[in-house]
Parts: sequence; structure tokens; C-alpha cells
Amino acid sequence: MDIFEFLVQYWPRILSGVGVTVAQFVLAAILGIAVALTMGLLKLSTNKVLKGFAVTYIEIFRGTSLLVQLYWIFFVLPLFGFSIDKFTAGYVAVGMNIGAYGAELVRGGILSVPKGQWEAALAINMSPAKRMWRIILPQALINMLPPWGNLMIELLKGTALISLISVADLMFVTKQINASTFLSAQAFGIALIIYYILARFLVTPFMRWLERFMARKMGRA
Amino acid sequence: MEDMSGYPHELTGENTPMVSFKNVRKSYGSLVVLDDLDLDVTTGEMVSIIGPSGSGKTTVLRMLMTLEKINGGCIYVDGKPLTHMPKNGGLVPANERHLRERRADIGMCFQHFNLFPHMTALENCMEGPVHVLGISKAEARDRSEELLELVGMINKKDEHPSRLSGGQQQRVAIARALAMRPKVMLFDEVTSALDPEVIGEVTNVIRGLVDEHNLTMLMVTHQMGFARDISDRVCFFYGGKIEEQGSPAELFGNPQRERTQQFLSAVREAV
Repeated sequence: MDIFEFLVQYWPRILSGVGVTVAQFVLAAILGIAVALTMGLLKLSTNKVLKGFAVTYIEIFRGTSLLVQLYWIFFVLPLFGFSIDKFTAGYVAVGMNIGAYGAELVRGGILSVPKGQWEAALAINMSPAKRMWRIILPQALINMLPPWGNLMIELLKGTALISLISVADLMFVTKQINASTFLSAQAFGIALIIYYILARFLVTPFMRWLERFMARKMGRA
Repeated sequence: MEDMSGYPHELTGENTPMVSFKNVRKSYGSLVVLDDLDLDVTTGEMVSIIGPSGSGKTTVLRMLMTLEKINGGCIYVDGKPLTHMPKNGGLVPANERHLRERRADIGMCFQHFNLFPHMTALENCMEGPVHVLGISKAEARDRSEELLELVGMINKKDEHPSRLSGGQQQRVAIARALAMRPKVMLFDEVTSALDPEVIGEVTNVIRGLVDEHNLTMLMVTHQMGFARDISDRVCFFYGGKIEEQGSPAELFGNPQRERTQQFLSAVREAV
């Protein structure tokens, strides 16, 4: 069977898999950004308990395998009474993992904003929270956008692991088709191309657009 | 903790200074930057601070803006303690809330302008009035445009700082500080980072403030000519102390102390 016949026959299933992958990606990205922001800010906190919490979190989620984390959330947590359905477990694991990496980017981005910006914000008597939200974070965001682009692609590719807890994403659907047809080259070939297209023609252009948008806001464009 | 019993909770009387440093000490580790500083600035007075680098002059402004904590003594602004607050009948170091309340009287301009790069000139000026003072956007806009007019930057109000020259940025920074309606304005080497040909546009704005407003101003500067022109009083700092102070005519025309004479002649030779 050539690749076109293969596509004609299986595109509805592949498409549903792509839908799940995109949904997982978007949900994991939202969670990951929220976690990154929280942990990045906590790590900069002068409160030792809060800082310690962020450091521990980042260490655990960066220092161990994403797959093991996924299995923990899906298979081990229920043993302690926290049952999560597999779809939620999927994006939660990926999002929390990416959030740990993102936390370092947030922290680095905040530290890269010149000290004079803090001082100028204090000189117009802004509260510490407003200084952070209105002055520092917008500038930190611009500094950390390029590495965030990389992280988003890592995240997209990381979602393929959720097929291992039977979430019917692109990878899971592909494996099913492969198992029933033994058309491995066509099945995994199509999956390869779709992941590439998603990364190269959706995620990357979106991040570039975001960078240009932010540059315009800075009056640099 | 330091015994604050000798310090009043409020300075009262007819000639209460707008700014008062009382025995203020500042050190970094074992390095003493300011040693028992006493300095009163009356309302509407323009005081210039000159001296060699490392003499503690910028620290004076930064302590007043509460960018630096003091290690001893007390600073009063408009008669009320800035660095301390009354508690249980005594004075204790100020908390964030007290600082926020008292800081409202003070505005500052920096050597490197420090405009917010993600905002236009107008937005820079409106930021404080809208998000700190809580006045309406329309009112903040009127106030900011008026000030940008004053500093000659109204035609650039929608530009971002990256599109402005150093002199233009500094003028916007002055407008931004004035938009908060401070009683005391601090200028920290505001012309030091500027190209020589644009220094005049900034000094002219400051000159205008001396003439038009009843603002109290403290200025750290290396421009002796400018300090001489516009100051009511000039303080020469040396080694963390005020070595000599007086009217510009006295200090520049007839300095009494040897170090002042040495410093001024060294500066003149450099020009």
C-alpha cells in the first residue's frame, strides 16, 4: 500500500490523534507556564521555606525522567487516594515537567532585567507586587522568549510519551494502526512528518510572531 | 537595636526643614560611607552636592529615596520620620507600608534615566499616577502631557525610550518623576551619561524647575558651572562627611578648607 492509499484509509483516525496531541500540548503549555511563573518567582523569594519548596520541585522534576513522573502520577498516586483520569494525568505530567525547566527561564529572565528598572519603579512608589507585574515581568518575558520557543518544541515532543498510559494521541493511534496493519514505515513515517509539521510550522512561527509582537511593544521593531 | 530616644517623632516649628538628616550613618561592612551626617534642606531650597567619587554623595540621595537602608540616625521628610516610624511610644525602623506612605513626597531622576522600555514616553509618565496614585487615566494623561510639554517632549510622547536620545530620555524621566507631584526632587548625576551637546537641554529643564516651582531639590553633579549657577547652597563631600558648605559664591569663590581648594582646582584643571 502506498502512502496515499494509507492516508486515505486512516486519515480520520490520524486526525483524531492529532487533535488529542494538540489539546494535550495546549493544556500542558498553559499549566507549564503557570508552574514556571510560580516556581520561578518562589525561587527568587527571600522566604527560605518558599524558596526551598521551589528548589525541591525543580530538582525533582528536572532530575528525574518524564516517563517515570508520568507513571507516578497515573499509576502511583491512585494508591494514595488521588485518582486522575489518563487524559488529565497526561498533560499534568508533561506540564509540571516543562514547568520545572521554565522556572529556571523565568528566574533567569527576571534577574536579567537591569537593577535600575527596580529602582525607577520604587522611585515612583510602586508596591513590590506592582513593580514585579508591571515593570519587571514584561521585560523579563521579552528576554526569555527565545529559550521558551525551544521549550515549547520539547513539550510538543514530550507529549508522545502519554501514549504509554493509553491516551489516544497521535503516537497512540499510530501504534494501533501499526499493530493491526504492520505498515510500520507508512504509520511511523506519517507520525514523524506530522510532529515535524506541528513543531516547525505551528509552534515555531507562533513563537516568532510573539517575539516580533513583544519587540513592537518595546518600540524596537 | 539603636536607641532612638533622642529623636523626636515629629519636627515642628516655623522653620521645619523639608529634609533633615540627623546623625545618619551608612556603612557597607567595615567600610564607612557616611559618618554622622547632619544636613537640613529648607522648603524650596536647591542644594547641590559635589565631591570626589567615593565621598558618599550619591548615597545621600539613595538613602533619601529609600533605595539604601541607613545604619544609624534618622532621616525626616516634611517633619516626619522617613526611615523610622512611631511604635509603642518609640521610633522603630520603618516597615514597607510606612515607607510607601512617606516615599510619596520624594521623586528621583537617575544617571542612566531608567525609563521603562516597554512603555512610550507618555505611558512612562502615566504609570505612577494611574497605578500608584490611582487617579483616572484621563486626568493622568492631562497631567503627563502638561509635564511633557514643560520638558519639551510633547511631540515625542508616543515614542518608546529606545527611539529617544539620552537627553530626551532624561527629560521624560524628569516628567515621570514630577507626575507624582513630589515635594522633594533628587537628581543623581543626571547629565553624567549624556553627550556634551545635549547636556544643556536637561540642565535648562532643571533651571526651569528652580524658577517656577516651590520644589525642594537635591542634586549630585560633576558640573561645577551648573551647580554654581542654580544652587542656593553647595555641599562639598569628602570621606563620608560634609567637608564644607555654603552659598555658591562662598564655596566656589572663596573655599576655606584645603580639601575643597584641592578638589576645585583639580576640577578646573580638568576642564
